Amino acid sequence: MRCRQVVDKISEYIDGELDPELVRELERHLQHCEDCRVVVDTTRKTVEVFCNTEPAPLPNDVRERLNQMFRHSFRKGEPN
Amino acid sequence: MPTHLDNEQSLVAAAQAGDSDAFVTLLNQYSRHIYRVGLSITGNHQDAEDVLQESSLKAYRAIAEFQGKSRFYSWLVRIAVNVALGKLRKRALWKESSLDEPREGEDGGYIPLEIESWGDDPEKACLNNELQQLLAEVIQKLDPKSRTIFTLRDVEKFTIEETAQLLGLSIPVVKTRLLRSRLKLREELTKYFGKDTRNAMPTSRR
Repeated sequence: MRCRQVVDKISEYIDGELDPELVRELERHLQHCEDCRVVVDTTRKTVEVFCNTEPAPLPNDVRERLNQMFRHSFRKGEPN
Repeated sequence: MPTHLDNEQSLVAAAQAGDSDAFVTLLNQYSRHIYRVGLSITGNHQDAEDVLQESSLKAYRAIAEFQGKSRFYSWLVRIAVNVALGKLRKRALWKESSLDEPREGEDGGYIPLEIESWGDDPEKACLNNELQQLLAEVIQKLDPKSRTIFTLRDVEKFTIEETAQLLGLSIPVVKTRLLRSRLKLREELTKYFGKDTRNAMPTSRR
């Protein structure tokens, strides 16, 4: 397997969706290719950091306007 | 995916029976997640707030139709994604959202830049609010369609098939854009977390 093919297969590899035979080929390549190891590792970390980071708290003014909207809707009864 | 409330089922049942407080409790658990989805997809805070308000109201009106086949959050986030997509379409950003020309080598393959391992894990390298801000910033480097796909698949953890279905795209298109998005975001984050870090964190750049 060449570097280009490793890049093409990164998504399926880190998602665990790559055919086992291709996993073996890709991992053989990684054993001797430092650049591809780095790209695979940092791509995996990229996905993890986006997945694991909680969103920021809602801005106070946004929360207040959301509550206002609900108070308005509830006062009217079931909204249209 | 957010943490779910232990008493989610009973809150849903109460909300369906007309208890508006129960609905607000449910909504408050997920509102910042919905706001982030709106912000990631639309790219601006005003639209993100509109997405939060409109999808909350739609969910409130339709809560009786929620059948409990999925988590409440999955149902809510689908509503929010559709509202956010409506905004992109209104501004013609969805249709015009073409994939950037990839950097190709002689053999036609994508050539990654910023090949540099990371030092500390991002969670250790910076404060939580700095990281939240950085991620919100770098995702905007993607075109609208790509960042929507990335948000659904990698942040909200929809499957490839669900993402394709929700967006009306083919599975190969979703896979191609997801790969490019991951590689592009990897490069952007390497500028901050690479061992020879050259960029300061966004908050300290001010």
